[in-house]
Amino acid sequence: MNALVKVTDSLAAANADQEVQQYLTFMLGGEVFAIGILHIKEIIEYGQLTTVPMMPAFIRGVINLRGAVVPVVDLASRFGDKPSQVTRRSCIIILEMQVEAETQVIGVVVDAVNEVLEIAGAEIEPPPRFGTKIRTDFIAGMGKVQERFVIILNVNKVLSADELALIGQTTQLADERAA
Amino acid sequence: MSLDLSEALQTFFAESRGLLQDMEESLLILEAEPDDTEAINAVFRAAHTIKGSSGLFGLDDIVAFTHKAENLLDKVRNGEVALNEGLIGLLLASRDHIAGLIDLAAAEMAMDADTRKTGEDLAARLQACLGESATAGGPVSATESVAQVQGGVANRLESDTWHISLRFGRDVFKNGMDPLSFVRYLATLGELTHVATLQDGMPAAAEMEPECCYLGFEIRFKSDADKARIEGVFEFVRDDCELRILPPGSKVADYVGLINDLPEDNTRLGELLVACGAVTARELEETLAVQDCEGVRQERVQPLGEIMVERQIVQPELVNAALGKQKDARNRQAQESRFIRVHADKLDSLINLVGELVISGAGVGLMAARNKDGDLTEAVSGMARLVEEIRDGAMHLRMVEIGETFNRFRRVVRDVSKEIGKDIELVIEGEGTELDKTVVDKIGDPLTHLMRNAMDHGIEPAALRAERGKPVKGTLKLNAYHAAGGIVIEVSDDGGGLNRQRILAKAREKGLIPDDGDDMPDGDVWKLIFEAGFSTAEQVSNLSGRGVGMDVVRRNIEALRGTVDIESHAGLGSTFRIRLPLTLAIIDGFLMGVGDGHYVVPLDMVQECVELDPGRDERRDYINLRGEVLPLLRVKKHFDLDGRTARRQNVVVVNTTGRKAGLVVDELKGEFQAVIKPLGQIFANVRGITGSTILGSGEVALVLDVPSLLDAAVKDESRAQAALI
Repeated sequence: MNALVKVTDSLAAANADQEVQQYLTFMLGGEVFAIGILHIKEIIEYGQLTTVPMMPAFIRGVINLRGAVVPVVDLASRFGDKPSQVTRRSCIIILEMQVEAETQVIGVVVDAVNEVLEIAGAEIEPPPRFGTKIRTDFIAGMGKVQERFVIILNVNKVLSADELALIGQTTQLADERAA
Repeated sequence: MSLDLSEALQTFFAESRGLLQDMEESLLILEAEPDDTEAINAVFRAAHTIKGSSGLFGLDDIVAFTHKAENLLDKVRNGEVALNEGLIGLLLASRDHIAGLIDLAAAEMAMDADTRKTGEDLAARLQACLGESATAGGPVSATESVAQVQGGVANRLESDTWHISLRFGRDVFKNGMDPLSFVRYLATLGELTHVATLQDGMPAAAEMEPECCYLGFEIRFKSDADKARIEGVFEFVRDDCELRILPPGSKVADYVGLINDLPEDNTRLGELLVACGAVTARELEETLAVQDCEGVRQERVQPLGEIMVERQIVQPELVNAALGKQKDARNRQAQESRFIRVHADKLDSLINLVGELVISGAGVGLMAARNKDGDLTEAVSGMARLVEEIRDGAMHLRMVEIGETFNRFRRVVRDVSKEIGKDIELVIEGEGTELDKTVVDKIGDPLTHLMRNAMDHGIEPAALRAERGKPVKGTLKLNAYHAAGGIVIEVSDDGGGLNRQRILAKAREKGLIPDDGDDMPDGDVWKLIFEAGFSTAEQVSNLSGRGVGMDVVRRNIEALRGTVDIESHAGLGSTFRIRLPLTLAIIDGFLMGVGDGHYVVPLDMVQECVELDPGRDERRDYINLRGEVLPLLRVKKHFDLDGRTARRQNVVVVNTTGRKAGLVVDELKGEFQAVIKPLGQIFANVRGITGSTILGSGEVALVLDVPSLLDAAVKDESRAQAALI
């Protein structure tokens, strides 16, 4: 996604405003978010999740994805909101990310999956400095879709394994201190 | 003709590295026993083979340098140069340089200035050693003595010209060899005075296969090299060609013998020899005539060796030695053929598949049990047994002996002890102990750290040792053995032991322990040295003392699901004991239900299961296990888990490295073959859980890390007590 931001930046300057990318949109706490389709491996039904103890709330646990154990992150609590309520429409989006030479597979819980949209580079605004109540580095841009804004996420930042592990550790330390 | 040598080149690199390893080991043996001729020969053979094969691939840098080393080794082998410590040091350095050159070649990089300089320095030093011996006038070399013997024989033709008769096999090209490169390489040993190419084997153009080699060569070769060296040139085509080497000063009759041995037409070959100047035409005619007469008289053809001895070309001992060597080589070949070199990736994917098989086997078993189908259950249990055997067999493929890893430390110990000026001997035991390849690969670094620490801080300087009444020579011991489903590796020294006061003082300085921690048990004090940034050495030496080592050691070992503990006695030395699981991929586990989740502990840690008495005092977390106090760890409370609590709870009694505790769980689910799946980076910092596994039902179960779980429980408790004060 970093690369994507760079691409959109540089392309904005060039004449390639026509560059159209596809995004998967989904619902989270009543808002519409989007993730670049190239990151998405698959979408599965929510179910059979194993909790890993002593982890922060935004790490829901792990699931068995055809023999591979995949961690699942609760996006809502990652943004500082209450964890998503599991409903009939809840889904886990499985994302694939390239971190250095390794491929990381990680799942995110969302309230509902909407559709795949095409958003042209020219239709993407840079994120506002404040006001979204979400860390600005989590946002790759604001896509304009039918006069409404869709928050396009910077997946590599939101789900950076380094950062997630670090938060897990600090949570544990804080627990210990509290105890 | 251009050949794709890249694959052969990879083999060459792999083989050379193996040879260099052998060379190092033999050199270290020589350091202890300079007279071990077997070891000297081994070193020489290694250098020689590397030179030979690198010449084949045109790696001239390696050839040039190795050649110099080989010259020196040759002198050593012949007893002209006595081995001493300095020389072994030089040879070890040369070995390292060759290894460096090979790495460079493997990376397809050119030599940088540093490497070149090192090479030149070493070459100069090697030359110096050679020079000394030449002026010192050591005993006559084997080559010379052979030459003398031959000198006594009449009918000498030319003094130092060898005659080499070479017939390449048809498949030489197909086997990736270029005959020309051998001839070219031969030229580096001396001068080719005449090369006659023999085309008799060449069929008519229509029948000729362009990929076959039909050529033979008759070569006159002027060189000081001995026969073994010349033969060595053709080492790689030995099986593929007919090679006859006639030493300088061979009798005409030998040439006749040669002519008769070879398949080509007698006169044709004779002419060729005459053309090369090996024999004169008249001599040839005469001897052929004589030979014909003899052929009539003699009823049987004498074996080649006998003829040679009879004619005083070679001494009987040499023939016997050669025969012995041949037998050796045959034995070695037989041994090699019992091993197959397999790419590690292939093995890994097999093991992964077996892992999947185990999981789906468990799934089928679950289904069969659910359907209550007797026949099916029986069939499934039969299959499960086979799967288990396959699993064990597959895991066994990955098992390697730890000896090779241990032997690498001989060099480390030698270098370090030289560097810090202590006399230290390394004793190795239990080399035959087998463990998983991945574990072996990862244990090298932590072991190196521990060994360096033991040598630097553990073993006292010689003067102090003498004062304490210990032998001046320090002893470092590496030992490995199987125990309780795992492997134990011990690093022990007979040094001064850990200094309790100094560790405590340092820990206080760093704020690791409260000021009043004087009555800590020894075991806990020793553990302090594994804390980050802890180093008690007053002087920071080149090797250790920066305090980065020990916490890395602990982390590396824990990453292998292992533990390390220390036993130390002041003045007597210390022992670091590393316990590792045999394999990282599949374990026999014990499955337990806690709340809504499933947890697995390694089966070999589980001693027994007892029911928790519901009527007992809930405030105290210990039970009376047949007169023994057993502390309880409530898994659910410890992990802060939600979910229902069973009415009757169970206690799983676990024992790890002598520590016993009871895990309180809701449900016991029995034995289970767990295929360990790593939890990934996100969960790297979770304490008490090492991995996950997939149950037959598709659910994910977590694997408990019992030692760290118990540690955490101890910490929690002491913190809670501290809060009360």
